[in-house]
Amino acid sequence: MEWKRYVSAIDPQAQFDQIVMPHLDEAYNLARWLAGNDHDAEDIVQDACVRAFRFLGGFRGGNSRAWLLAIVRNTAFTWLKKNRPPAVVPIDAAALEEIEDPAEPAAATPNVDAAVLRAALEALPPEFREALVLRELEGLSYKEIAEIADTPIGTVMSRLARARRLLQTYLSRKGNAPK
Amino acid sequence: MNCAETHPLLHAYTDGELDLVRSLEVEQHLRGCAACESQKASLQSLGSLLRNSDLAYRAPDSLRKKVRQIAPAPERGTRSRADNVSPLWKWLAIGATAFAVFTLVLRTPGNSDNSRLLDDAVAGHVRSLMAGHLMDVASTDQHTVKPWFNGKLDFAPDVKDFAAQDFPLVGGRLDYLDHRAVAALVYRRNKHFINVFVWPASSPNEPQPADKNLRGYWVINRQVNGLQYCLVSDLNEKELGELADLLGK
Repeated sequence: MEWKRYVSAIDPQAQFDQIVMPHLDEAYNLARWLAGNDHDAEDIVQDACVRAFRFLGGFRGGNSRAWLLAIVRNTAFTWLKKNRPPAVVPIDAAALEEIEDPAEPAAATPNVDAAVLRAALEALPPEFREALVLRELEGLSYKEIAEIADTPIGTVMSRLARARRLLQTYLSRKGNAPK
Repeated sequence: MNCAETHPLLHAYTDGELDLVRSLEVEQHLRGCAACESQKASLQSLGSLLRNSDLAYRAPDSLRKKVRQIAPAPERGTRSRADNVSPLWKWLAIGATAFAVFTLVLRTPGNSDNSRLLDDAVAGHVRSLMAGHLMDVASTDQHTVKPWFNGKLDFAPDVKDFAAQDFPLVGGRLDYLDHRAVAALVYRRNKHFINVFVWPASSPNEPQPADKNLRGYWVINRQVNGLQYCLVSDLNEKELGELADLLGK
């Protein structure tokens, strides 16, 4: 019957399957990079998905990936504030000035193995790490990242620039160190 | 463009987030500046290192199972029909969209529509020139402009280079105008960029609005072989008219 079909079309489970489930890998990747370990990342994703289910009615179409990742992101930062206070100390603008100096030539990226790279990425402040992970590992656009982090596109650009500069500095130090 | 102007754009440039005009300007600077070129190369190698080091984590199956249970199955066994239903919704959505498009296309544009269209065209032109505006797509190779539109539009724009007449074609991109996706061809006369928006005319032989100057930009409309052309530039009316004549040939 058409009526029954209509009822099941707004079936929340079907909606959840279409809006949330397809982006679970990206959700986990973001949470894992922000939390720093498997166990907490799983908790964050589960918590975020419970919220996503509750907010399904608020999803007004559009980019379901960015919508879900924004929820994951908020859940993760709330978790970080509670469990990793030092991780969310506001970024020290003064400390970043030298990194931002446009006159300073960028260090060439040496050949490093994945473990060194992973450690370098983990050492970044969470906002910077998040921007790089979404951009380089997930291939998201500036617009999507801005939506997820609830910040202007200009901020996304400057976070990415600073994150890369920090990473290059870290890696070039590692690259010069004797192995 | 000098180093100080190029520097803040390098990230957006390597990320493919810069609009066509800006990326051409950056490219031009990079060709003549070894320092900026090496910065760009360094950014690119960092990017490929990050992308190719297998750094992304994927959701474990155990998590997938747990998350899957968050949404309770609907009551009274209607669940199994969910799969049958989504096409119905899809058709409803397609129908509604088609209806909306249909009404928009059928509507004869009056004067207010024309001025809104001209306004939109100027806004599109200005947007494409702003450094902060980030485009989805940009092609900088003029020899790939025409095939590049394939599959992105429901019509094939006529793409010609007028370098011999001093209007070199510098590229193309997708834009949105008059409620539809349109081709935007970018030409240059000296230092002036010209956006030529192209889309199928809604009604043939429609009277064209007179050339108009809006906020310092000239807008010229022409209809050629069933295609609507809208030229926008800060170039003067006479020279812009020359390009319009070339396109009309």
